[in-house]
Amino acid sequence: MRPLLEWSDVFSFEDYGALLQLVGNSVVAGAVLGIVGGLIGVFIVQRDMAFAVHGVSELSFAGAAAALLFGGSVVAGSLVGAVAAALLIGALGAKARDRNSIVGVLMPAGLGLGILFLSLYEGRSANRFSLLTGQIVSVSSPDLGWLIGIAVVVLAGLILVWNPLRFDSLDGQSAEARGVPSGAIAIVFMILLGLIVAVAVHIIGALLVMALLVTPAAAAMRVSHGPLGVPLLAALFGFVSAVGGILLAIAGTLPVSPYITTISFLIYLVCRVIAWRRDRALAVVGAPAVAPAAA
Amino acid sequence: MTSSDPVLEIAGAALRLRGRELWSGLDLSVRPGEFVAVLGPSGSGKTTLLRAVLGLQQLSAGEVRVGGSTARRGDRRIGYIPQQRPLPPGTSLRARDLVAMGINGTRFGLPIPRRGDRERVDALLDAVGATSYAEHPVGMLSGGEQQRLRVAQALADRPELLLCDEPLSSLDLANQQAVTAIIDRERRERDAAVLFVTHDVNPILDHVDRILYIAGGRFKLGTPEEVLRSDVLTALYGAPVEVLRMGGRLVVVGAPDADDHCAEAHLHEAPEEVGAA
Repeated sequence: MRPLLEWSDVFSFEDYGALLQLVGNSVVAGAVLGIVGGLIGVFIVQRDMAFAVHGVSELSFAGAAAALLFGGSVVAGSLVGAVAAALLIGALGAKARDRNSIVGVLMPAGLGLGILFLSLYEGRSANRFSLLTGQIVSVSSPDLGWLIGIAVVVLAGLILVWNPLRFDSLDGQSAEARGVPSGAIAIVFMILLGLIVAVAVHIIGALLVMALLVTPAAAAMRVSHGPLGVPLLAALFGFVSAVGGILLAIAGTLPVSPYITTISFLIYLVCRVIAWRRDRALAVVGAPAVAPAAA
Repeated sequence: MTSSDPVLEIAGAALRLRGRELWSGLDLSVRPGEFVAVLGPSGSGKTTLLRAVLGLQQLSAGEVRVGGSTARRGDRRIGYIPQQRPLPPGTSLRARDLVAMGINGTRFGLPIPRRGDRERVDALLDAVGATSYAEHPVGMLSGGEQQRLRVAQALADRPELLLCDEPLSSLDLANQQAVTAIIDRERRERDAAVLFVTHDVNPILDHVDRILYIAGGRFKLGTPEEVLRSDVLTALYGAPVEVLRMGGRLVVVGAPDADDHCAEAHLHEAPEEVGAA
């Protein structure tokens, strides 16, 4: 009897070159999302918005499902859902506590709507749950082009507001006093967040977006504190997770997302261990060097 | 504009919050190099006054002018030192980066450091005695160390006016004195004016030129000797208040809180310290 899962389902490198050519654009999309997701993740973590990302992604899923049902563009649907949710959360949840309860309310509503639209949809069933768990290889070429384009726009926007956004995220009160337009910065950030979440929904799935938008940045912050080190490491971790996941997935028969989430999680674990070992070493050797400066 | 023109002018200012008038008819003019302390119970509108100077909040009436022009957001001539709120241990920020945000934090566009940025940050770190921990993550630093960095950040643009919002609260005595000394040196060496909101005047009493005491919907402006007196504060609060001298410190006994429904309980029970002479 054939076992439930054979090793060749996980990895098989027969015809790898031919397969790679077929998914070339998917790899590019994954690479761009990994880099931009890692970068924006730094601000998501600094602004304490991981849970909000989850809420935005469920509404993005609802938007995409609605587009599928009513015959619109799935990418456009996910964009509308994500940006609307991001702006709503930004407007109603300026404080972290308000925000969490608003996300808690919006998330099941969005997920429920999406599932409703999907069950009403009578088209190809393979499309159905790929929105929740991701299937980058099934995204059409023109849509892939859109996803890459949107991610590049987010990257440009992020670079443009980088310094004020960072100031506002880390030290909001002083930033406001120095004249950083906190309200406008928050709106711009939520729009960029909505855009990148919509991209991520198609590549890794609505339920798993955090593996590329939160985990790489959280891992980077474990091992670095510098203004360059954290974003560069986060972008690298995101890139390795996304591209590595896709390259491994085409060698097997399993979907892409588990590979991406596993790589991203393993990187996080390694970073935690590194930080733990370093902090322990500091506690023995470095602590006396830090403490006297406190005087 | 000559150097003796006031850095800060507040004329006919009034503040109403939730239909209640906190004060009105407030006139205050601060000259370069002058150190003015703003005292009063919590809820008396001290922080709102600072926010009005920063151009972040409108007063109910009156005018606020900084260096001759109407107060506006992001005025480079103002340095702002907030209350010490500890930065969480995992904050991805080194000491030097917190200071650098005073220089680059408002720059849009490519986040590339400009020539001279690093030297300026080094000079600021040196000025507040933070060079030894410049590369440490801020989350690992003590409250006093973090507060020195905030002072350094506020000094980034060589401000003509320093606004301090309870910068000494939750610091120990040694750090209170150290931070006060840095601020005082800034006004002596560069003639910066200081507007210093605090609930305890003792740590700064040696440096203060004038005191603005806000309480009970009224205010009193004058030298410490003119303001910190039992009869003056009794008239201000409309209730019997005594200023006592205890071991080189001044304490105010019996001061009711301005904002009873959101008052901190300890202000009712414990005597409020206001000064040592």
